[in-house]
Amino acid sequence: MTVWNVDKNAEAKTMVITAKFKTSIANVWQLWADPRLLERWWGPPGFPATFEHHDLTPGGTITYFMSGSDGGDRFDSAWNVIEVDAPTRLVVEDAIVEDDGTPSDGNSMTRMEIDIEAVGDTTRMILTTHFHSLEGMEQAIAMGVADGMKACMSQIDALLAEVAA
Amino acid sequence: MASVNDPCATPPETTSPANTVSAAGLTSSAGGVIYNQMVVDTRERERQTDRLFFALSDATRRDIVTRTLDRERSVSELGRLYPISLTAVQKHVEVLVDAGLVSKHRSGREQLVRGKVNQLRQAHELLDELETVWRSRLERFEDVLNETTGKESE
Repeated sequence: MTVWNVDKNAEAKTMVITAKFKTSIANVWQLWADPRLLERWWGPPGFPATFEHHDLTPGGTITYFMSGSDGGDRFDSAWNVIEVDAPTRLVVEDAIVEDDGTPSDGNSMTRMEIDIEAVGDTTRMILTTHFHSLEGMEQAIAMGVADGMKACMSQIDALLAEVAA
Repeated sequence: MASVNDPCATPPETTSPANTVSAAGLTSSAGGVIYNQMVVDTRERERQTDRLFFALSDATRRDIVTRTLDRERSVSELGRLYPISLTAVQKHVEVLVDAGLVSKHRSGREQLVRGKVNQLRQAHELLDELETVWRSRLERFEDVLNETTGKESE
């Protein structure tokens, strides 16, 4: 099991997910630090994310867009990088994206804290997501659930392929 | 009869015998009433989740939700965004209204659609959905980790 623990606090609109991986801290960090790796898991199947700017320094910005694999409209998103302490801690807040595609300050809807630590020979990743508003949660779901059904289908396909092999 | 592939088809509704709390339930023990109410709540939640997932399973409907979260848009304005008929857009909007994702009201000759942050949908329900989002995201995270490091993860 990847997901070790999930702690949800509705009042604080906060969710803490702890996941455990049998690999090094550096390898887990790479999946956040390398935009080409990050985009391979951020978006759901059928709604991939493409990271354009990825400046992983405090005050830097990370911008990405998600678009349907059927070539549908794109949705731009941006994170303002708040804290970076490679390879163990990263804090980002999402930013409102202006019409020209640049992120603006303020009115962040979500704050995400990523903490990576070694526990024995495994690595623990603790994701704390805090939503400032219900709107932020709704939007995160709309973007993240996306192709829930397609995701199920691809998992079934993968299983079938395994069985057939 | 709508075909299986019809994006506007209604989601399968599970019929629930526990849908109604009978008057008899009220005369039984208090525990029975509470139990019945819990069953009703659970079934209702399941149906709501079905409607939500169904509504979000279609790219056009997701697009409508995202666009109307920013500001109100008329059905005809939405209609110009997609290569589908106005009737099809209206059907998509109806599915979204059923799922509680948008609200709709009339203003003159226009039907205005607004992405809805339904105050009735409690934060804990949203967190449950976010948990689902993150669980699948972390499965992909682990897949990429395995591919890049060639190691087994727990």
